[in-house]
Amino acid sequence: MIVTLKSNFNDAGNLSAFTGRFFKQLLRPPFEIKEFLRQCYYVGNKSFPLVAVTGFIMGLVLTIQSRPTLAQFGAESWLPGMVTLSLVREITPVITALICAGKIASGIGAELGSMKVTEQIDAMEVSGINPFKYLVVTRILATTLMIPLLVVFADVIGVAGGFVGINIHGDVNLVRYFSQVIESLAFVDIFPATIKTFFFGFFIGMIGCYKGFTAANGTESVGKAANSAVVVASLSIFVIDMLAVQITDLFY
Amino acid sequence: MDHEITNTCERGITSRSNAVIKVEGLYKSFGRNNAILKGVDLTVQKGENLVVLGKSGSGKSVTIKCMVGLVIPDEGTIELFDTDIGSLDDDALNRIRVKVGFLFQNAALYDSMTVKENLEFPLRRQFKTLTVKEVETAIADVLESVGLAEAVNKMPSELSGGMRKRIGLARTLILKPEIILYDEPTTGLDTITSREISELILEVQKKYSTTSVIITHDMACAKLTGDRLVILRNGVIAAEGSYEDLEKSGDGWVRSFFI
Repeated sequence: MIVTLKSNFNDAGNLSAFTGRFFKQLLRPPFEIKEFLRQCYYVGNKSFPLVAVTGFIMGLVLTIQSRPTLAQFGAESWLPGMVTLSLVREITPVITALICAGKIASGIGAELGSMKVTEQIDAMEVSGINPFKYLVVTRILATTLMIPLLVVFADVIGVAGGFVGINIHGDVNLVRYFSQVIESLAFVDIFPATIKTFFFGFFIGMIGCYKGFTAANGTESVGKAANSAVVVASLSIFVIDMLAVQITDLFY
Repeated sequence: MDHEITNTCERGITSRSNAVIKVEGLYKSFGRNNAILKGVDLTVQKGENLVVLGKSGSGKSVTIKCMVGLVIPDEGTIELFDTDIGSLDDDALNRIRVKVGFLFQNAALYDSMTVKENLEFPLRRQFKTLTVKEVETAIADVLESVGLAEAVNKMPSELSGGMRKRIGLARTLILKPEIILYDEPTTGLDTITSREISELILEVQKKYSTTSVIITHDMACAKLTGDRLVILRNGVIAAEGSYEDLEKSGDGWVRSFFI
């Protein structure tokens, strides 16, 4: 028990130092623009189909599941607004971030872990290249910027999924549906939900990179790095979400 | 001048006048009660090929990793080109590292890049003003030197063990280093390929006038490439001399390497 606690505290301390190193390196030249754009492509474009399918299903299922309850109160007309608010404020950011934690954090953890084990990171270092800047800074920046974009895409696709869900049992005009969606949204719904996705993205990249970059020698550690990256990133998403909701509640 | 140095080294005399690597009192432990290096002293002359022998776990790889700052020693000093690398900041250390090539045991090629990209990657970052033509010429030149000009567009996964080592060496050579550190260059290769790699080390030394430190278990490689051999035992240098001298050593443990 004490050993586990000590190990967790050590890990938290090392992760903090790793985060400090990220901010220190962030503003120092050279800037690896090409690698950053490549990572944005991998994180954003390559994750888009998965996020799109998930977003559509979330919108569709939420609509179908909510409909009977609202129908009992004769409030079916509230369905577009309710589904949109649920998606935008909570469900899409968290589910998209969890999917990205599974896909991206594990991918980064495994990739960097494998590079560490096969001495590719050492090879960069002895060539006079800063591997932290090239591998870590670019990936964290890419996840921080791309995950909010993916969430926005997932929001739109989720709302479209809601439209399909409503029309399974009814006949709602597209223009009317979207006008109800837009009417139901306010600044207070969009702004905090978007801000927290930057933190989700930052932590997904940070934890993936930390686990991979600090992997021990041996192939077993690559699997461990990928696995623990997913677990810790997923847990951190819930913690950030809880804090974000509390903070939002204080202000609005 | 280089010729004189080589001859001096061949005679087993280690003058420090033209040393490019000086290691003094190197200590390194990994955890408690796990001291790997316990006071290694080593000097490598310009143009010399120094072979480091020792049992597995004797600290050979740790020693050369300390030389490029990949492992930070607990105690001791390492001077490269008369500069104590322990006193350098990251930028200064990186400038020195460019002059020191390192061939890893498994070549450590970037497996998401083609051979060409593997070679281009360090070159573009260290020499930013090079034109496309100059980069392509440099790549063709080093690939020619290691005899693998045709592999330029291949991925590392398409290369055999020997080819990977050659490309690893080409990637090291592209920065025109003055010192090359070889970490078990012939490990995992068949006898013929091992000999080819050993001959390549000599060819490279001749063509690029490099100084080499070669960690190996392969006595054929040690005999072919080494001007001078040192043997690590229990974290210190237990024996030093030419291949022929050590082969006839009075110490049975030293002789056991040559059986």
